[in-house]
Amino acid sequence: MINTQIAVIGGGPAGLRAAVAAAQLGAQVLLLDESDHLGGQLIKQTHKFFGSQQQFAGSRGIAIAKKLEAAARSQENIAILQEATVLGIYEDGVLLAEHKGRVIKVRAQRIIVAVGACERMLAFPNNDLPGVYGAGAVQTLMNVHGVRPGRRVLMVGAGNIGLIVTYQLLQAGVEVAAIVEAAPTIGGYLVHAAKVRRAGVPIYTSHTIKEAHGEEAVEGATIWQLDANRQPVAGTERHFAVDVICLAVGLSPLSDLLWQAGCQMKYVPELGGTVAVRDAHLCTSNPRIYVAGDVAGVEEASSAMVEGQLAGLSAALSLGLGGKEAQEQLAEAKAQLSALRAGPVGEKIRAGLAWVEKGVTADA
Amino acid sequence: MLKSTGIPTVADLAEVLPTEERLAKGPVAIIECFQRIPCNPCATACRQDAIRPFADINDRPQIDWDQCNGCALCVANCPGLAIFVVDMTYSETEALLKLPYELLPLPQPGEVVTALNRAGEPVGKGRVIRVQNPPTFERTAIVHLAVPRELAQEVRNIMVEGETDGTR
Ligand SMILES: Cc1cc2nc3c(=O)[nH]c(=O)nc-3n(C[C@H](O)[C@H](O)[C@H](O)COP(=O)(O)OP(=O)(O)OC[C@H]3O[C@@H](n4cnc5c(N)ncnc54)[C@H](O)[C@@H]3O)c2cc1C
Ligand code: SF4
Ligand code: SF4
Repeated sequence: MINTQIAVIGGGPAGLRAAVAAAQLGAQVLLLDESDHLGGQLIKQTHKFFGSQQQFAGSRGIAIAKKLEAAARSQENIAILQEATVLGIYEDGVLLAEHKGRVIKVRAQRIIVAVGACERMLAFPNNDLPGVYGAGAVQTLMNVHGVRPGRRVLMVGAGNIGLIVTYQLLQAGVEVAAIVEAAPTIGGYLVHAAKVRRAGVPIYTSHTIKEAHGEEAVEGATIWQLDANRQPVAGTERHFAVDVICLAVGLSPLSDLLWQAGCQMKYVPELGGTVAVRDAHLCTSNPRIYVAGDVAGVEEASSAMVEGQLAGLSAALSLGLGGKEAQEQLAEAKAQLSALRAGPVGEKIRAGLAWVEKGVTADA
Repeated sequence: MLKSTGIPTVADLAEVLPTEERLAKGPVAIIECFQRIPCNPCATACRQDAIRPFADINDRPQIDWDQCNGCALCVANCPGLAIFVVDMTYSETEALLKLPYELLPLPQPGEVVTALNRAGEPVGKGRVIRVQNPPTFERTAIVHLAVPRELAQEVRNIMVEGETDGTR
């Protein structure tokens, strides 16, 4: 049994920031991550990030991952366990994890869950052919392992992920035949859309994939138009000869551990799926368990970092650590979050949050 | 419409293009950022205070063209690659564009490349004058491209020969 004050599950931007914030207040922290690298999604992000200077705007995702990892490794009171998959959280604050083929037990006074999100699939005929990928897999192949996924790609989804992965494919020398988007407008940032558009990639809004073709693997795809009620319009089919169909149709919070731990959960479409009900300090219905980052609502690395900071500070404060300065940092983190979410792109998140944050007080 | 095609319209552009008078005075930044998003590196990068500090991080950039000297620092720092510098005083027949560029291979000075418009369509040829790629730009190179004057507000990208088939 390993004993620690605070266990952080997940070493993405949210988890790394949470660990550092808590450790700076003097907490003994154990960070567990299931992969062999730290930084979560960031290590696949070769593009420059938005946000403000406090969230390293203008830096590439991978560079941000390195900075966050270095900050965590420089704290003596943070122990890091990689290739450790947390399997369950039990009532007495004990975590079970699989670490390199062995089961280990960790007892923690506070647990911060920062496990991120997982990709959604899309149903269409032949979606099980080799060559149909999630955008995350395409990024991992290209940007982590240096392998091109194919020669010519149809991208499904014009949110930020679809637009950015399209751009990264072009940078890797892979052709992108088109981007299709079911909604009538582009969901991602228009600056990203303009960037791929002026590189010659057409964007078909109000279109979806009808089916994939191929015997052994993807050889082509047919798309068709959607009417105002999102019903396909026969006769509008277009065919593309492609060997990869890349799905970028959204992420859902990885909420399994929180369900299993018995936290009060709520389905909030604005946040991407089922999330834990929590208060403004990211404490769930179980006072031992905090959430931060995409698992608390699919958003951005910039907000994941600030949420991590907030959860790390709140968890440490709840153990009696930190003083007036920590309270000020807490207020600052909250202000940064509201600023990031103040604009029109934050509208959905604001609506979703009103819903989950209300939940805990209503039911408590 | 920009929101359904990714291509800014003439009306969108009218909002962000400097006056003819200002263009005639020398290089100036054109910020093609049309949406309120949580982002502000352009404002923090500008050393001339030409891009006003944002009150709200979601503000759209506001530029004072009289303060701007066309240095292109903001071009390299904009994560959206949405800023371009146009210099109409370059020569009698040509304008000089400073374009952000992140594909390999980078073009070489003297090279003639295909000039692309905002839809990625070839609209003519451009001559590469200079390529800036210092470490501080974090691998967003700035390509100085001479194009016929009449294409100065059309050309926003290039296709480099020998580039893999990523762009068509
Ligand atoms: C293509 C793409 C482009 C993006 N571009 C931007 C951008 O420009 N700007 C921006 O701000 N954001 C961007 N994002 C979003 C950003 O990457 C995410 O919002 C952010 O990474 C979420 O951070 P997180 O720490 O919550 O989760 P993650 O980064 O997903 O990290 C979760 C970590 O938890 C670990 N983990 C999961 N389950 C377990 C378990 N059971 N036990 C132990 N460890 C576990 C994982 O290994 C992972 O390391 C982009 C995302 C994508 C996919
Ligand atoms: S070109 Fe230079 S002076 Fe002009 S706005 Fe950009 S950074 Fe400022
Ligand atoms: S840095 Fe670029 S994308 Fe960000 S606000 Fe400025 S112009 Fe827009």
